[in-house]
Amino acid sequence: MPNLSAEDLRVRLGRDLPGAVQSVSPLKVVPPPAQGHAPAAFITGDTLVETARIVDVALYLRDRLNYAYLSDICVVDYLADEIFEIVYRFYTVEGGSSLALKVRVPRENPVVPSLTPHWPGANFHEREAFDLYGIVFVGHPYLHRIYMWDEFEGFPMRKDFPRQGDKYIGEDE
Amino acid sequence: MADANNIQQDLEQQGIFLSTVNRFYNWGRRSSIWPMSFGLACCAIEMMAFGLSRYDVARFGAELFRASPRQSDLMIVAGTVTKKMLPQLVRLYNQMAEPRYVISMGACATSGGPFRDGYNVVRGVDLFIPVDVYIPGCPPRPEALLHALITLQEQIDNQKLGRLRWYGKGEKPQMQDFPVPTFGAQGLEIDGKLVDPVGGLPLVSPYTSPEYGEQKSGQIEHPEIVRHFPIMDPSVALEDALKARGIAPEMAANDLKRGGVSNA
Repeated sequence: MPNLSAEDLRVRLGRDLPGAVQSVSPLKVVPPPAQGHAPAAFITGDTLVETARIVDVALYLRDRLNYAYLSDICVVDYLADEIFEIVYRFYTVEGGSSLALKVRVPRENPVVPSLTPHWPGANFHEREAFDLYGIVFVGHPYLHRIYMWDEFEGFPMRKDFPRQGDKYIGEDE
Repeated sequence: MADANNIQQDLEQQGIFLSTVNRFYNWGRRSSIWPMSFGLACCAIEMMAFGLSRYDVARFGAELFRASPRQSDLMIVAGTVTKKMLPQLVRLYNQMAEPRYVISMGACATSGGPFRDGYNVVRGVDLFIPVDVYIPGCPPRPEALLHALITLQEQIDNQKLGRLRWYGKGEKPQMQDFPVPTFGAQGLEIDGKLVDPVGGLPLVSPYTSPEYGEQKSGQIEHPEIVRHFPIMDPSVALEDALKARGIAPEMAANDLKRGGVSNA
């Protein structure tokens, strides 16, 4: 059962695909919580990949390391850092723990190569990321909204999407 | 009416059956309310339990879940109504033949529930179709749905044929189709006008109850309601969790054991 850690993956990628792995810079997480821990620099141990080479790295995981099952694609909106982080999670079908690949794109121009030509199962995940966050996947065969209607404008899961409604009344004061 | 019922019962005891047209019609209507088999979310699971043998809605004559709106009398809006589902829901209601009734089942269908301030859920189905009975709960138990059905039957018992809201003379709100919302850039629209914006309060008023003729109430929910939830207020210091470490004084004094009550 393959059980590759993120450090091992970074070592292998640095050997086989030079230049694909980026060094991770810590993220600002604001606003600080009212109760609880004081805010600190936020950093995760997962592998951060150069945006243009995500397809290469994903195919390397599939073909060389046997991590063939793309479990999910999710997007994290880091508003304070002005970036979106897109997380790809891979498993092997033999079992074991997962490997995550991360890609950072600027919020103004979120463009990522699509994995759908190689993983047909990534189709709906990428459409959902386009629908709710506005990430543009280059090479996707049918990049349209999947949950919201086609006429809708805006991306409702972005953190700067206007919050209104009676839960938020009086929040600004 | 109560007087008439007493006379009627007296006569029936002596073998004479006498009825009014109102009572006869209402008896027919209330005894076979066929619901539409139409479930939207988790409340539909309770609705299935309500239809099956344990709770057994067949006792009240409403066991026949029809798969077509043309054949059904009752729409149980069972669950969260998303904005994308709403045009289909209103269209199904328009396709039902009169007399038609609506039960709004659960918090989501009634007000949007926990998803009220989200971007995708309708803030109460009564903004778009008139509702006869609301059920609170998340989800309501099948008994609550049975109670709603019995409440609806009581409402039907009080109907007057000449004053029904579907046909007859006068201004009848249900003579025309209810407007089917369309999708717009900001949210749901009716006739090109924004009615339920994504991430905002509804801009239309709900329908009133049947006693008031099921017109629009005209009262839009005021957008400046001041509410205060201390647990959501960062300036309110919460109590330290360690404060709860001791034991209650009753337990310390061993006062919970009452004499004379056996454990069995």
